[in-house]
Amino acid sequence: MDTREGPKGLTRRQLLSRATAAGASFVIGSGFMAARDAAWATELTALKSTTFATLVQMARDIYPHDRIGDQFYVLAVKAYDTAEAAPVIEAGIAALDQAARGRGFANYLETGWERDRVDILRDMERSDFFQMIRSNLVTGLYNQKAVWPVFGYEGESYSKGGYIHRGFDDIDWL
Amino acid sequence: MVAKFELSDDSVVVIIGTGSGGGVLANELAQKGIKVVALEAGGRYLPDDYINDEWDSFGQLAWTDPRTTSGDWRVARDFKNLPAWIVKAVGGTSIHWAGASLRFQEHEWKAATHYGHVAGANLLDWPIDPVEMEPYYVKAEAKLGVTRTENRPGLPGNNNYKVLEKGALALGYKEVSTGHMAINSIDYDGRMSCQQTGFCFQGCKWGAKWSAAYTDIPRGEATGNLEVRDHCHVARILHDDKGLASGVEYFDKDGNLQMQKAKIVCLAGNSIESPRLLLNSASAMFPDGLANSSGQVGRNYMRHTTGSVYGVFDKPVRMWRGTTMAGIVRDEARHDPSRGFVGGYELETLSLGLPFMAAFLDPGGWGREFTTALDSYENMAGMWIVGEDMPQETNRITLSPTLKDAHGLPVADVHYDDHPNDIAMRNHAYARGAAIYDAVGATRVLPTPPYPSTHNLGSNRMSEKPRDGVVNRNGQTHDVANLFISDGSQFTTGAAENPTLTIVALAIRQAEFIAGELSKGNM
Repeated sequence: MDTREGPKGLTRRQLLSRATAAGASFVIGSGFMAARDAAWATELTALKSTTFATLVQMARDIYPHDRIGDQFYVLAVKAYDTAEAAPVIEAGIAALDQAARGRGFANYLETGWERDRVDILRDMERSDFFQMIRSNLVTGLYNQKAVWPVFGYEGESYSKGGYIHRGFDDIDWL
Repeated sequence: MVAKFELSDDSVVVIIGTGSGGGVLANELAQKGIKVVALEAGGRYLPDDYINDEWDSFGQLAWTDPRTTSGDWRVARDFKNLPAWIVKAVGGTSIHWAGASLRFQEHEWKAATHYGHVAGANLLDWPIDPVEMEPYYVKAEAKLGVTRTENRPGLPGNNNYKVLEKGALALGYKEVSTGHMAINSIDYDGRMSCQQTGFCFQGCKWGAKWSAAYTDIPRGEATGNLEVRDHCHVARILHDDKGLASGVEYFDKDGNLQMQKAKIVCLAGNSIESPRLLLNSASAMFPDGLANSSGQVGRNYMRHTTGSVYGVFDKPVRMWRGTTMAGIVRDEARHDPSRGFVGGYELETLSLGLPFMAAFLDPGGWGREFTTALDSYENMAGMWIVGEDMPQETNRITLSPTLKDAHGLPVADVHYDDHPNDIAMRNHAYARGAAIYDAVGATRVLPTPPYPSTHNLGSNRMSEKPRDGVVNRNGQTHDVANLFISDGSQFTTGAAENPTLTIVALAIRQAEFIAGELSKGNM
């Protein structure tokens, strides 16, 4: 039996049993969001859990990398989960869901195909909300050192003596 | 022993800015026994302080004081408050530069003569001859330790260079090499050789790349003739009732307004801050700004015709490894109007780390077209286009009518519209860059828009006639005999080459002129 604790002291089993699955790949509970296998979970303090789940899906749809796990997108937008930011985010996600309904879907999160979600995002591409989310993701996502290996990027090299003995000219296929 | 001069000492030369222009000038004057106070808006950072991390380094070194932008250049849309990526620190942008050290080609000193009339361009010949510059280039190359000059060997080629070289040679290009770099290929001048670390733009932690921060500045200080005051932001250049410069007002590191008297003032704050300071120094005697009787202060701002080409391949390149810019194709740098534009361009290797690639590949871009390109980051090669852009009177630095900086001083607005010649050149370069990578089997090519400007030139340009520019052939302002411009803003035209070597050569030459004038009692 798995007794690892999820958010708010829930066990993994309890977490999974409480899950209110929406259209997304993750589990959305009251005040938390987690991976389906409970490999990661995050507690929410200010945003509604469906709002946050929608925001994470939006982040992935703006910068979709199939080899990057949800936890990195979660981390990239977690800074919006504050009392100060919440009203703007709730309003922005409400507008996103409105745009989804305008295209005949129940809401953004339950729109199944990325192509359709991208159409919805295009509808609001010029909004301040979209631009704020997108521009902050540029650093929020790509400046996470933990995602660099996915792209092969090696980061800092001075402490390793540079690449003079570590393959600066090792290309072998030309 | 580091000098300390009194604020009331009116025998000193005051230099504003300590980069490739001001930092070199300060040392050259100090070596000649001339007393110098150098005022630097930024702080002091040495190789131990530099950070192998793009955003952290940007936060440490970049000039991020507010500026505004206007014009049709894409930077004004994508980076509206960051027209330039330059440094605020002792040593200035010589900490950030990539080290490419190319002399102007002969014809580029006389662009108006060689290019003829170009509609909408404000072309002018430099009032300096290439022959006259030759000995100063030799001195500058020795100072910087430029590879492939004298007996200094070239740098080895990294992966990114090897891709460029193979493609360029396949297209029949001849002038392909790891270039003339102010990055040591062997130990030189007390500095070690390049360790192929990458992160040239973030400050060289080995000191293998020349920077005024750890060469000219400490050497000048060691003479006892140079005092560098960091965190000092100059607000105004003052003049006396004869119209001569008499000192400068600056905010010190505690934010207090100070006044340093001066015998001579040399302005080297770069092509955005230097004209801004002249304009902010307007007075009853100089109502349009200091040294601006021509109305040319701030005009003819140039930034080089730039852009990048990234090629994606089916196998890894790992372009970030090794010296960032040690790779060049020079065949297109010639002046050959049959290509549909005047002037020429260089193609130089370039790489960005993953964080900056995400920020600069297609600013504002999103979705799979963008992310699939980044997914291939490891398999990318990159090059930068550096071409001569046309000086235009309307491309200019002005004072913002509304926005002020932390000291209450109006900030600079940077206006830039591409000239049709710039656009034709950029499109030609995009096509040639793509052809180079296609010749090596690229599966995708990404023509990437210009980044915030690193080459800022021409806004206080040099002219033979006072009505055509701001300074004479010695960088001395036409209007104020003891006021000099000592940075890239004195460029009459931009040429196709990275400007630092020429800025350094001009600073060495100007130091000789100033020392000569002082010894003759002309100042």
